[in-house]
Amino acid sequence: MITLIVRRLLQAIPLILIISFVGFLVIQATGDPLAAFTVEADLTADDIQRLKAKYGLDKPKPIQYLNWLKHMLTGDWGFSYFTREPVIDMVLSRLPNTLILMAFSYVAILVIGVTLGVLSAVYQYTWFDHVVTGISFLGIAAPSFWLALMLIYLFAVQFYQWGLPSLPVSGMFEFEVGKTFGQVVTHVILPATALATVVTARYIRFVRAEMLEKINMDFVRTARAKGVPRTTVLFKHVLPNALLPLITLIGLDIPNFMSGTIVIETVFSWPGMGRLFWSAAERTDIPVLMATMMLVAVLTVSTQLLADLFYGLVDPRISYDRD
Amino acid sequence: MSENTVVTSYDKSQVGDDTVRTIWDLFLRRFKRHKPAIVSLAILVVLAAICYTAPLYIEEDAVHRIDVKMMRKPPSAEHPLGTDDVGRDMLLRLIYGGIISLRIGVLAAAIGVSIGVAVGTVAGYFGGLIDNILMRIAEALLSIPQLFILIVLSRVLGTSVLIITTVIGVLSWMRISRLVRANVLSLRERDYVTAARAQGAPVSRILLRHIVPNTLAPIVVAGTLQVGRAIVLEASLSFLGMGVQPPTATWGSMLNRAQAYLTTAPWIAIAPGVAILVVVLCVNFLGDGLRDALDPQSYR
Repeated sequence: MITLIVRRLLQAIPLILIISFVGFLVIQATGDPLAAFTVEADLTADDIQRLKAKYGLDKPKPIQYLNWLKHMLTGDWGFSYFTREPVIDMVLSRLPNTLILMAFSYVAILVIGVTLGVLSAVYQYTWFDHVVTGISFLGIAAPSFWLALMLIYLFAVQFYQWGLPSLPVSGMFEFEVGKTFGQVVTHVILPATALATVVTARYIRFVRAEMLEKINMDFVRTARAKGVPRTTVLFKHVLPNALLPLITLIGLDIPNFMSGTIVIETVFSWPGMGRLFWSAAERTDIPVLMATMMLVAVLTVSTQLLADLFYGLVDPRISYDRD
Repeated sequence: MSENTVVTSYDKSQVGDDTVRTIWDLFLRRFKRHKPAIVSLAILVVLAAICYTAPLYIEEDAVHRIDVKMMRKPPSAEHPLGTDDVGRDMLLRLIYGGIISLRIGVLAAAIGVSIGVAVGTVAGYFGGLIDNILMRIAEALLSIPQLFILIVLSRVLGTSVLIITTVIGVLSWMRISRLVRANVLSLRERDYVTAARAQGAPVSRILLRHIVPNTLAPIVVAGTLQVGRAIVLEASLSFLGMGVQPPTATWGSMLNRAQAYLTTAPWIAIAPGVAILVVVLCVNFLGDGLRDALDPQSYR
């Protein structure tokens, strides 16, 4: 197990370095790194040259990259071009909010996805299965940002007009009430639903297909032949085997999911990383862009790593020590 | 196509009454059994026909005509889907937007498939260092959330339809390349490939004649599904205001300011989203049907 963890870490580090190098080159190209200075004062060509030298911008790109990497690793992430705040504070204050949103979404995804997937497989070709299948096809096809708009329309606009209790559609809490648990939960419902729907729908299909595949396998027939009751076979023999590949799928889906947070956080004004990235991109705030991009990349790669390790942990057939 | 029309020998009693002549017949027969795919294909063809013949019956000026007196009017006989926040007819914009959205979807998928096939074939056939490098690049690109790269690249390269299409295409080859690579790995060990190599066939011929055609089934399926993904990706980007810019209409950019008018003019938000939903749904069904028809052994 230790060797497995070490090996995976050794694979993840070059991956993050590649991502950071490409990210560095591309994001640096979005704007002028000296914009913060040139906007305010009339600088002579000499001054600009001096500034470039001061910030190492006259050096070749790879050297600039190594400099930047050194600063990133020592926690010196620079200052936002616009708010002048230290970037590390901005980003780290947003990170927990995104994690809250993701946690709520993932609980919903797993509970609903697995339950409906299993039931759909057990009651294959009944009306229940057909309804669930139909809804999941719609869920897979619906763009999450549009779903967000429709949720706002239904649960905030229409519910309000019908005199029903409506759900909040923006921010994490009401300022009058403060950031209490109840406030965060009511505020997270709509964004988490919008974020979770597509993935849930896909997992329902996935779990259903896996269940149906595993139900026909020899070990299931053997168990039934030995007289193990049907429900025991389903939950003790079929389900664990059907859920295993889901772990890999979750790891693969994390990047898509992070993409979703940009859109959903923007729609619901959720103060997370996605919205920060979006607003930084709108005003070409390079230090903030770089930091968010890197944090998201690290987050993605490490969750994929965790998914991988977890798979190795729960499936005794997998041994990473071969190959 | 001469290989495909060779009559295969089989025992007629085993196949049934239908005379199956070619692999193409087999494909068609299986595809026709997949009713949702047939219906989806029909819907897609009709939608595409409506959009692409639009310039014949709608003047483009009418699509972009701003009319302050007609701002945010609900659906009526004159404007079946209502008008948007600057008084433009929603239906006309939806049809014209369809031209761009569908084109972006299909072209981006085509670019992604081409790169994916090329990379996957080279990586799988040659293996070794090339394979390692290409697959690490694919892995790195798969690990960065696509919308993040797209937003940054649209800031760097611009937001014209051509650029957005290319960028989405260039960012969507990874899955297909992995799929193709896995296939090529097993195909290159087949006897007929060895035979071709023994005969002295050049690598290009082995790849193009013997390997790529045999991976066509998963490529077609993945490519079809990619069309839906590309449409949603462009829509998300344009919705965020970082994709195709006004006055050009796409289904995503039409939704760009819809949120502000959800209370007063919800129809602005509904129609473009339904259009995306229907097209993606149909594309997915079509992909499913193609998979069942081309590759009957696969489960998903």
